[in-house]
Amino acid sequence: MATAKRSARTLKVAPVLELKGMKKRYGGKLVLDGINLSLAEHEVVCLIGASGSGKSTLLRCADLLEPIDAGQISLEGERVAFEDRSADATRRRLGIVFQGFNLFPHLTVLENVALAPRVALGLIPAAAERRAKELLKSLGLAEKAREYPDRLSGGQQQRVAIARALATEPKVLLLDEITSALDPVLVAEVLETLRSLALSGMTMLIATHEMAFAADVADRICYLEDGRLIEEGTPEKIFGAPHDPRTKEFLRRVRAISAPGAKRRAGTRVKRTVRAKR
Amino acid sequence: MATGSARKGLLVATLSTLVVAALVAYTIGSSPAWPEVQKAFFDGRYFSTSLPKVAGAFFINVQLFVLAELLILPIGLLIALARSITAPALAPLRIFATIYVDFFRGVPSILIIYVLGFGVPALQIDGIPKEPFFWALVTLVLIYSAYVSEVYRAGIESIHPSQERAARALGLTRVQALRYVVVPQAMRRVIPPLLNDFIGLQKDTALVSILGVVETFKQAQILKAASFNFTPLMTTALIFLIITIPMTRLVDRLAAKDRNAQLGGTR
Ligand SMILES: Nc1ncnc2c1ncn2[C@@H]1O[C@H](COP(=O)(O)OP(=O)(O)O)[C@@H](O)[C@H]1O
Ligand SMILES: [Mg+2]
Repeated sequence: MATAKRSARTLKVAPVLELKGMKKRYGGKLVLDGINLSLAEHEVVCLIGASGSGKSTLLRCADLLEPIDAGQISLEGERVAFEDRSADATRRRLGIVFQGFNLFPHLTVLENVALAPRVALGLIPAAAERRAKELLKSLGLAEKAREYPDRLSGGQQQRVAIARALATEPKVLLLDEITSALDPVLVAEVLETLRSLALSGMTMLIATHEMAFAADVADRICYLEDGRLIEEGTPEKIFGAPHDPRTKEFLRRVRAISAPGAKRRAGTRVKRTVRAKR
Repeated sequence: MATGSARKGLLVATLSTLVVAALVAYTIGSSPAWPEVQKAFFDGRYFSTSLPKVAGAFFINVQLFVLAELLILPIGLLIALARSITAPALAPLRIFATIYVDFFRGVPSILIIYVLGFGVPALQIDGIPKEPFFWALVTLVLIYSAYVSEVYRAGIESIHPSQERAARALGLTRVQALRYVVVPQAMRRVIPPLLNDFIGLQKDTALVSILGVVETFKQAQILKAASFNFTPLMTTALIFLIITIPMTRLVDRLAAKDRNAQLGGTR
């Protein structure tokens, strides 16, 4: 695990995604206040923080869905911005999944996934469909391809949304609390999907309230409060020995409301080395 | 229990309707001038002689509204899209579309028909057609495209912005997001109000009689003038009802289905 990280650094590979001094205002309110965050290839970073701390805004801005007021965003070492003429092309290299799925209700599951390859990437329909079918199969949704989204369970819908986001073969996947609109029984299947994505080497930035999952899957945890990154580090450090009193206070409150069963089980941890081998 | 009360409701509705209808019929029928009015408006002889002519002329109305509807569907959509464009460079287009819609919705149809139908051909510009039918069609298309564009716009705006954002997040351009995600969903919602506007259009084909197009209303007026009897106008009214009532029912049905779908939907 440590070796993978060190080699990435010594090779001086540009981060897949890098946010520098990113600021975002809504009205007069500073919602993101100088975010510095970078994701190395294959890295999984979990973003935790109270509701309203700016997680969704951070992901939307990083996905170039909204302009930022200061700072810069780089994708694979190249500066990108909402205002660029190439912003649409950049968004194809970034995937995002929202809390509310936002599937297209007038299209079948297969069409939902094939739309971007066909329209945005310009693949011929047969090729787009083939790619969509492969993705759905790998996510265990092959037999749902001809269904409309409203016939699926929430967990299945969210997995379709993940397949749709992967369909343009993004370099990094941004996930915004994608399990918080789901019934507890459906959360597990979606988290399982994310685990296998992590194992396959997908670079991911995950905003989540699922602390046990974050501890399990993340290489790094970032704690966000009032639009500022307060503290970041390995799950061991953040959950075991947080440094900043604000992080401690947040985790104390989270633990007070979550069930004791939500504690991290060491045995299930995804091993970095497994992923690095790929 | 539920069916029992439903049957009772139906019985009450039927009875009260019959009573009211009987009262109205009695009041009209017993009025001192009814025999004359009946002869002037509901004369069976004039009805059967006027029917073939009035119905034949209705074919002009059908041609008018079918052609107009085919033109209005795409034009109305283009105007709606022009109004929802936010790119600063295309602001003139948006402003033009807005002025157009405000104007044609704000001025009585009959005035527009007068001004366009008589005024523009009077300019005697070479190559501009003079046929009344052509100008009847143009004015109806211009007026109703304005109404229909508003129907489309309401439909587009009723699609939650998260749908467009999801499409943009996949790398679709704004135009692609509208084309593949927003407009197809809006289409389903706009069908009932669209048909409503088309009912209005079908009735308004009678207005172009002022341009001298011998459509059904004009034909009825000609027959009325020749016979001093109003029955041909009633014949025309009947023909319009035969067309518009089924459409009205269809609109109601579609709207009800839409409501149910939205209530029963998971979203
Ligand atoms: N579109 C918006 N307009 C105005 N304020 C917003 C908007 N989106 C988010 N905010 C505000 O920004 C802050 C951060 O919100 P958000 O990014 O959704 O936080 P989180 O995802 O961590 O709950 C909140 O105070 C929220 O009210
Ligand atoms: Mg959020």
